[in-house]
Amino acid sequence: MTTARAGALLDRLGRVGQFLWSGWAGLAGLALFAALWQAGHERYGDFILPAPLATLAAGLTIAADPAAWELAGQTTLRAVEGFALAAAAGAAGGLAAGYSAATMRLARPILTVLLGVPPIAWIVLAMIWFGSTDGTIITTVLVAATPVVFVGVAEGAVTRDRGLDDMARAFGAGPLARLTTLGLRHVAAFLFPALTVALGSAFKVAVMAELLANTGGIGGALAAARANLDVAEALAWVLIAVAGLIAVEYTLVHPIRSEFERWRNAARPWGVKR
Amino acid sequence: MTRETTDAAPSLTLSGIGHAYLGRTVLDAVDLTLAAGEVAALVGPSGCGKSTLAHIAAGVVEPSRGRVARRYRRHGMVFQDPRLLPWATARANIAYPLRLLGLPRRERRERAEQAAQRVALDRADLDKFPIELSGGMRQRTAIARALAIDPDFVYFDEPFTALDVALKRRMQDLVIEAARGARFGALFITHDLMEAVRIAHRVVVMDAHGRGIAGTRAVPGKPGGRDDGTVYRLVAGFLSDDPLFRHIHDIDERRTP
Ligand SMILES: Nc1ncnc2c1ncn2[C@@H]1O[C@H](COP(=O)(O)OP(=O)(O)OP(=O)(O)O)[C@@H](O)[C@H]1O
Ligand SMILES: [Mg+2]
Repeated sequence: MTTARAGALLDRLGRVGQFLWSGWAGLAGLALFAALWQAGHERYGDFILPAPLATLAAGLTIAADPAAWELAGQTTLRAVEGFALAAAAGAAGGLAAGYSAATMRLARPILTVLLGVPPIAWIVLAMIWFGSTDGTIITTVLVAATPVVFVGVAEGAVTRDRGLDDMARAFGAGPLARLTTLGLRHVAAFLFPALTVALGSAFKVAVMAELLANTGGIGGALAAARANLDVAEALAWVLIAVAGLIAVEYTLVHPIRSEFERWRNAARPWGVKR
Repeated sequence: MTRETTDAAPSLTLSGIGHAYLGRTVLDAVDLTLAAGEVAALVGPSGCGKSTLAHIAAGVVEPSRGRVARRYRRHGMVFQDPRLLPWATARANIAYPLRLLGLPRRERRERAEQAAQRVALDRADLDKFPIELSGGMRQRTAIARALAIDPDFVYFDEPFTALDVALKRRMQDLVIEAARGARFGALFITHDLMEAVRIAHRVVVMDAHGRGIAGTRAVPGKPGGRDDGTVYRLVAGFLSDDPLFRHIHDIDERRTP
């Protein structure tokens, strides 16, 4: 009993180690990016492309300002609200479509239309409907992020193993038990990657919508930086947005996903693990 | 246990079963009755509808025609392929039906480990995922899963094909033991007539095209009471003298031009 527990603990520690290792590799990639950036700076000068360290310094100055936190918080809140709505709507719709072919047939053309409309058009429409409010941003995020989640979940539900469903039925599982013990577990493996993508696009779309609708937040700050031709500040804001996204991805999305993908990793030899 | 006394209350009755997949009839007018505690071996050429019949009997597939009457308490099932949850460890897989029954975690764990022991699965292997197990281990996990719920009837669909000779015998002995102790009755699908004769009270031969049951033969003696020589002689006798068994290995010759 205790050895099993110790084993489980070791296993988990091992995964944390792996995770840190992957963070290390990510850092190396970022360093390479910064080097390229520095080269660009030396080639084109301060006005076009400020040095990465200068940008970092500008970013730190912004980060030291409580008002800036408020702006970032505003954007984050809008992005997360829109993301949560999109996740709920996309997951529910995707499940329905994955389990019922008729729903899928109805949903597919709607999806094509939704995906065909450029996000910028949605921003314009939302601005007309909601004016310069949170509603504009959230609606745009919702429209941009829902299809991603929907498609991921629907694909998961469609590719579920019907043999397992039959097995569960042979052991007396009703539809609800089959959904909770098999369907959702299988879909989760598709849901998490989709959520990662959706969260990323939620942030990006939120910033873009803020900029265009002039509703404050990081997008608003970017607009101000552009008006002042302050490239360092604009880049600093971009840096902050990206940093927020990376933080969410590595503290939330990746750990949860690796927990769900444990069995897949089990079959991989050590060196190949990501 | 005497068969005559239990014949009165059959554990499983299939009457007039017919089934079609996408309009193609694969089963028609199948009648089969199993006495309580009886182990019946179901044999027939590949593709004649044995698995389909077992699925219908176990309630996995709704038959297009006919009725199924089950008089046992609870059944377990071993499918032709293991059908394990890829994301769950062997232990969790074995415990899956117990989870469906709503048993507490601790009891699930204990009963899963007992069942694993019955099929000679190592404790160390119980923490592995199916993808890390060998084919035979997966099959034994699936067998343990069927036994963990303490069934009084088990559907076996060619359960021992991936096992080596020694393990196969051991698993067969498990079924024989269960039949002798009246722990469970079984519908045992197999291609191996030796296996059928060794473990069953009765061999049921299915029609090559799923048109009912071609015939059944009671096997002399009792499961577990027949030694290897007897089994060999019985099988040789069936194959050489009994017209019922003439077509059960036919499928290959039919297909080759
Ligand atoms: N899900 C399905 N959809 C369509 N046809 C099916 C399906 N399952 C089985 N069949 C068909 O039904 C027939 C009987 O199949 P079944 O699996 O019952 O045969 P079997 O007797 O178990 O064969 P084997 O000994 O090879 O396992 C086959 O012709 C097969 O092609
Ligand atoms: Mg079969």
